[in-house]
Amino acid sequence: MLALTLAACNGSSADTTLAAGEGTAPTEENGDGGSGAAPECSVDEVDGPLNFYNWSDYIDPDLITAFEEQYDVDVVETFYDSNETMIAQIQAGVVYDLIVPSDYMVAILIEEGMIAPLNKDAIPNIENVSEQFQGLYYDETFSYSVPYQWGTTGLGVNLSVLGTDFPRSWALVFDPELTASYPSGVSLLNDPRETIGAALIYLGYSLNETSEDALQEAADLIRASNVTTFDSDQYPDNLVNGEVPVSHGYSGNFFTTFAETENPDNWEYVIPEEGATLWVDNLAIPTAADHPCTAHTFINFLLDAENGAQLSEWTLYATPNAAAEELLDPEIREDPAIYPDDETFERLETIQDQGDAEILYTDYFNMARGG
Amino acid sequence: MNEGTATRPLVDRLLAAHGWLVYLFFYAPIVVLTVFSFNDNSRVGVWTRPSLRWYGEMFRNDDIMRAIRNTLIVAAVSTVVSVVLGTAAAISMERFRFRGQRAMDGLLYLPIIIPDVTMAVMMLLFFVQAFDLLEGFTGIRLNLGLGTISLAHIAFNISYVAVVVRARLAGMDPHLTEAAADLYATPWQTFRRVTLPLIMPGVAGGALLALTLSLDDVVVTSFVTGPGSTTLPVYVFGLVRREVSPLINAVSTAMLLASILLVGVSLGFQRRSGARQGPSDEDEGDANDATTPMVGHLGRVGADAGGM
Repeated sequence: MLALTLAACNGSSADTTLAAGEGTAPTEENGDGGSGAAPECSVDEVDGPLNFYNWSDYIDPDLITAFEEQYDVDVVETFYDSNETMIAQIQAGVVYDLIVPSDYMVAILIEEGMIAPLNKDAIPNIENVSEQFQGLYYDETFSYSVPYQWGTTGLGVNLSVLGTDFPRSWALVFDPELTASYPSGVSLLNDPRETIGAALIYLGYSLNETSEDALQEAADLIRASNVTTFDSDQYPDNLVNGEVPVSHGYSGNFFTTFAETENPDNWEYVIPEEGATLWVDNLAIPTAADHPCTAHTFINFLLDAENGAQLSEWTLYATPNAAAEELLDPEIREDPAIYPDDETFERLETIQDQGDAEILYTDYFNMARGG
Repeated sequence: MNEGTATRPLVDRLLAAHGWLVYLFFYAPIVVLTVFSFNDNSRVGVWTRPSLRWYGEMFRNDDIMRAIRNTLIVAAVSTVVSVVLGTAAAISMERFRFRGQRAMDGLLYLPIIIPDVTMAVMMLLFFVQAFDLLEGFTGIRLNLGLGTISLAHIAFNISYVAVVVRARLAGMDPHLTEAAADLYATPWQTFRRVTLPLIMPGVAGGALLALTLSLDDVVVTSFVTGPGSTTLPVYVFGLVRREVSPLINAVSTAMLLASILLVGVSLGFQRRSGARQGPSDEDEGDANDATTPMVGHLGRVGADAGGM
């Protein structure tokens, strides 16, 4: 009996997403609703302590201290572990002044009227944001959000196995003959959207393609390839331990793991030439915020060149702050795998929420895994 | 014809071996985690040399220290309150008869059966609605935070405590309380001097279970949390999403040490009261290992709930 209960609990925690969104919908009228006006704030104005709702371990504590000292104001930090937990809290009417939603979540928050338009007059440093980030589908002109940190999903490569002359392409994991030539096979992410998406890109589709023919083609491609594991946690370790020569995964995790090996030059992170997934986490101010002016001031503080550089040196993710990028170690700044040129950047795509079609990715992914 | 006696020791030995294997299965991961928490490498699972580096990082990390503080406050408050209420519920179910008892009996176990996430959403909605109502009537605005987390933990812990205590009560001879009454003990004296000492192991077991459940709850907590009240499990869960850092090993080992200390203290306490009461506690004998009572009590919950 107890075992059953425990199993039920474990199983259900993964479904937090759905229940959160639907279960708390009735309280939506708590918010001020709709697209209210941007708050009246002036530059460097503070109107009370900042309630900052952020991912665990995602900001340098020294930056928080510096802000508190510079503006003589408290920052109260609360942490979340998924976008879905965060939106459940906001929908329930819990008051935070600043949140860090990922790209697709910004789209949902805007649609639900849960984040307020930004008063750009109070954020002069907004001009530091790289032009590359303008025109992203969820908020084209930074009306509601500004980018915080970003990264890509690509391939980690063991150079001692592949040499330096290898195709910088998804062929490394999807070409049946090429992958068959690695005795230990390759590792792909255990994530329907990322992995089906990568196959779609290799086949020349958008990673947001939902036609079943294309998805079938993608599933067949994955099945024909010599894949050893579908793994989303241990893949950088599996790569550096020599278990697989090529591994599909998130940029930041590869960089951290490479840096900790004895011979970092033996590894390379590659953004495939066909294109790849782009993810962007953003700063946004909930409609119900008590201290929107402090939040504006904090956003402006983080968009400062030096603070932005300090942030990215600490998180090891890429900064969307062009002025901050200038201050980074040239070795990092000039690495095309971290800061790709405009041409490569153009080929990056964000994963968009496909509503009812989302389940198709899971279905075809399971088919590809032979499940 | 002494085949029966010849196979006996073999069966016994196999059973013993099986027992050890089960324990190995339980505790080997914990041993690995503890050993690797003293590792100097920044990668989990690659041993370089022993160091206290990650413990240093843990104590220097203000976010983690604040999360530990929040967790301990919630665990302490919710354990004390749920033990009192859960024990009272168990006694009322087992010792008295009243209208609607059957329905109450069933409802008491509902929180054990309901999936965490359902419970979490219910709690969140309830608190939000209740606070809105309160604001409408009195103008006082309450916010989610450590208070609501504690209330939510109390709500699910009461059931667990009640189950464990009831199992103990069911095994207690009802004539003992009658005998106390015959000797002119008031109901309160009977409870204080007879019933409570006899069910103490159950109460302590319920308390440990409540404490454990409160210490590691993620789902319910992350829903009913408020500004500044992140608990350790929620924080750690967020950490793992980005990278499995050895910092987590150090934090887990510290938590483990605290739990073992706690179990040890409560065991010592139980054994002393057990010695005073004489032979009533038949399950005290196997409690030499500091970790046994947890498993024992959990087993008892299973047995009791399964028997319903």
